[in-house]
Amino acid sequence: MVYSLPEEVLEHVFSFITSDKDRNVVSVVCKSWYEIERWCRRKVFIGNCYAVSPAIMIRRFPEVRSVELKGKPHFADFNLVPEGWGGYACSWIDEMSRSYPWLEEIRLKRMVITDESLELISTSFKNFRVLVLSSCEGFSTDGLSAIAANCRNLRELDLQESEVMDLSGHWLSHFPDTFTSLESLNMSCLGSEVSFSALERLVAMSPNLKTLRLNRAVPLGKLSTLLQQAPQLVELGTGAYSSGIRSDVYSALSKAFLGCKELKGLSGFWDVDPSYLPAFFSVCSRLTTLNLSYATIRSPDITKVINLCPNLQRLLVLDHIEDSGLNALALSCKNLQELRVFPSDMYVADANVTLTEQGLVSVTQGCPKLQSVLYFCHQMSNSALITIAKNRPNLTCFRLCIIEPRTPDYLTHEPLDIGFGAIVKHCKNLSRLSLSGLLTDRVFEYIGTHAKKLDMLSIAFAGDSDLGLHHVLSGCESLKKLEIRDCPFGDTALLANVAKLATMRSLWMSSCAVSIGACKILSRKMPMLNVEVIDENGTLNPKLDNCLVEKLYVYRTVAGPRSDMPGYIWTMDRDSANKI
Amino acid sequence: MDTTFRLGGAGDYADEEELELGLGLSLTSGAYAPSSNGPLSNQVVGWPPVKTYRMNSLVNQAKFSKNEGEKGAGEESTSKKKKNKNHENKNDETVTKETGHSGFVKVNMDGLPIGRKVDLNAHDCYETLAKALEIMFLKASTSASFIRTEKQQRSRLLDGSSEFVLTYEDKEGDWMLVGDVPWRMFLGTVKRLRIMKTSDANGLAPRFQEKNQKPKNKHIELKR
Repeated sequence: MVYSLPEEVLEHVFSFITSDKDRNVVSVVCKSWYEIERWCRRKVFIGNCYAVSPAIMIRRFPEVRSVELKGKPHFADFNLVPEGWGGYACSWIDEMSRSYPWLEEIRLKRMVITDESLELISTSFKNFRVLVLSSCEGFSTDGLSAIAANCRNLRELDLQESEVMDLSGHWLSHFPDTFTSLESLNMSCLGSEVSFSALERLVAMSPNLKTLRLNRAVPLGKLSTLLQQAPQLVELGTGAYSSGIRSDVYSALSKAFLGCKELKGLSGFWDVDPSYLPAFFSVCSRLTTLNLSYATIRSPDITKVINLCPNLQRLLVLDHIEDSGLNALALSCKNLQELRVFPSDMYVADANVTLTEQGLVSVTQGCPKLQSVLYFCHQMSNSALITIAKNRPNLTCFRLCIIEPRTPDYLTHEPLDIGFGAIVKHCKNLSRLSLSGLLTDRVFEYIGTHAKKLDMLSIAFAGDSDLGLHHVLSGCESLKKLEIRDCPFGDTALLANVAKLATMRSLWMSSCAVSIGACKILSRKMPMLNVEVIDENGTLNPKLDNCLVEKLYVYRTVAGPRSDMPGYIWTMDRDSANKI
Repeated sequence: MDTTFRLGGAGDYADEEELELGLGLSLTSGAYAPSSNGPLSNQVVGWPPVKTYRMNSLVNQAKFSKNEGEKGAGEESTSKKKKNKNHENKNDETVTKETGHSGFVKVNMDGLPIGRKVDLNAHDCYETLAKALEIMFLKASTSASFIRTEKQQRSRLLDGSSEFVLTYEDKEGDWMLVGDVPWRMFLGTVKRLRIMKTSDANGLAPRFQEKNQKPKNKHIELKR
C-alpha cells in the first residue's frame, strides 16, 4: 500500500528545490508530482525562445514569477547572424502580461524588445522587480522611461551590453520621488550622457543600492559625489576614468573610495589615466571581481593593482597585462577562479605587448582554484596546453582563441591536436570548450572520447573531414550546444547523427560543407527539429540538392516552425514532406 | 510544386560550381576546398570572436586616448592599433560622443533582400571599407582572384566602371556618393550605406564623375 504525503507537504518540500534540472527531474517522478510541481514552479529558464511557445509555458506553469529567455544564436555576438533574424520578445511579453499578473522578473539575452513591450511590462506587472536585458536591442531610452516611471517596486535594471537607442538622457528623471527600492543599476552600455542630477537624485534615494554601473559619459569628477551618496555599494562600474590633471578630483575620489567599505567589484575604467588608479587602492584588498578589460593601461600599472588584490576571484583584462602581469597574478591571487584576457589589437600582434602562452601557463600553475579561462593570444604550443591540462584538471571552461586562424604549434609547427587532447583528457569536468589554431580530425577524436561532460563546444577553421564532426556528435554525451564555422564538415556526419540533434539545444554551422539536400533529409527524418537555412546572399537554389548552404541553424522544439522568420531563411515545407 | 525549402525574397542563384561565402573562400559543391593561404583574420567576418560591443568600445577608446597624448601614462604613441586614426579632441571633462551608439551602420544592396551591418570603426579609409563590402556582398569568381585582390593596392571596387556605386545617407537625410569627403568627416555624418545601381545614382550628379575631385578613390564602384 502506498502512503503518500499530502500535496501541501510535497509543495513545501519542492519549494526548497530551486535548480531547474532538479525541478525537471522531480516533475517526471509520477503524475501527481508533475502536477504539484508545475503549480509551484516559480522560475523558468528557456535557453532557446523558439524551443517552446509562450502558450505552452503558461499552460504548464501557471504561477511563474521569473522568466529567463535567450534568443539569437551565440554567434550573433560576432555579427554572423543577419539583421532581422528573430528573437523577438514581443509575443512573450504580450502573453505573459495577460497570464502572469504577478510576474516579478524578466531576463532576456540576445533578444529584440521594443519600447512598446517595455511599456507593457511596466504597466502589467504590479510587483515587477527585475529587468535584465543582456545583449538585447530594439528599444530606446523611451522604453526605459516607462520602466522608471511605472515600476514602483523595481529592484534591478541591468542593460548589459545592449544596443539602446539613446534619445534622451532624461529617462532617469522618470523615477518618482517615492521610489526607494533600487538595488542594482547597470547602464554602462548607454552611449550618451544621462542627466547627472537625475542620477544623483536616484542614488541618494536608494539606500539599498548595491550595484551601480555607470556609462562612459559620467565624468570622473562626478564619481566621488555618487560614491559619497552610496558608500554601501558592493559593485561599482566607473565611467571614463580620466580627468586631466586635477588634484582636487583625485583627492575627492580617493576619499570617496576610502568610505566604500563594502566594495567587492570594480569595472568600467574607460579612457584610463593611470595617475588616477591609486585613488581606488584602498578597496583593493577586498576586491573579488575586477574588470579592467576596457582599460588600456600597461603591464606595470596593471601589475601594481593586481599585487594589491589578494582576494581576487575574477579578473577580466586586456592583453596589456602581458606575461609579466600574469606571473604577478599567479603569485598574488591564490583565490582566482576566472580569468579572461581580451585582445587589444584585433588583428596584428602588437610588438609592444608580450603576451604569450607562458602567461596562461603561469596562472594555471599558481592559481589552484582556477576554473574558467578565456584567453586571446597569438601563439600556442602543444607542450603549453599539456602543462595547462596537468596543472589545472579542475578547469570547467576553457576558451582559447589564437587570433590567426589555423596557427600551428609555434615550436613544432604541428597541429594542436594533442594539446587540446590533453585538456579534454585531464579536465574531466570540462563543460565549455572553444578551439582554435591548426587542428585536424584527430582533436575531435580526443574530444569525442574524453569530453563526456562537455555542454558547449565552439569550433572554427578546424578539421579535415566529416569524421571530425562525427566524433563529436557520436562521442560527446552531454553536448547541448555546438557551433561551428569554416570547417569541412558536411552531410555524412550530420545525417549519421540525426538522433543526437534531438538531445541538443542547438547546432550552428556556417561556411561548412552542408548541402541543401542533407537539410531536406534531416528535416524529414526529424520533425521535432527546426532546420533553418540562412541564405543572405540570395544565391541558394533549393532545387539543387548539392547546393551548399551558407549558414545552418538546427534546434529542437515543441513549438513547430516559427512564424517570424525573415525572407532569407529557408525551411522545409512540412505539408509536402511526404512527396520525396 | 517543389517539395521543400521555401523562401520569401528573390535572389540570383550562384553558379552551382562555386559559391562565394563572403570570406574569400570559395567552395566547390560537395567538397570543401579551403584556399591554400586561408583567410587572414582581418578579412573574415566575425573573427576573432570578440563581441561587437567590445570592439566598438576599444576602437573608440583608441581614438580618444590618442588625443590625450602625454596626459595619460607613458602610453606609446604608436599604439596598439595599426590603423592610425585622429579624432577631434574634446573637452577633458566630457567624453567624445560617438556617432550614434555604435560603429555599425546598415548596408543594403539593390537587388538583395536583406542588409548587413558593417563596422565603420574597423576601417580607416575608403579602400578597406570597399574591400570589406566586396567581401560581404560580391562573389569573386575564384579564391585565387580574391588573393590577387588582397595584394592589389586597390580592389576591384575602385577601378573601371560598374553598374553599382556606393552611396550613403548623411545626417541630414541626403544620399551622397561615398568617397568625396575626407574619411573622418564621412564617419561623423554617415547614417547608413547603400550599394546603388549606377542608373539610380544620377540624382547624386553634382559630385559624380567630376574631374576636379581628387583622382583616386573618387567614387567607389562595385562589380556585379
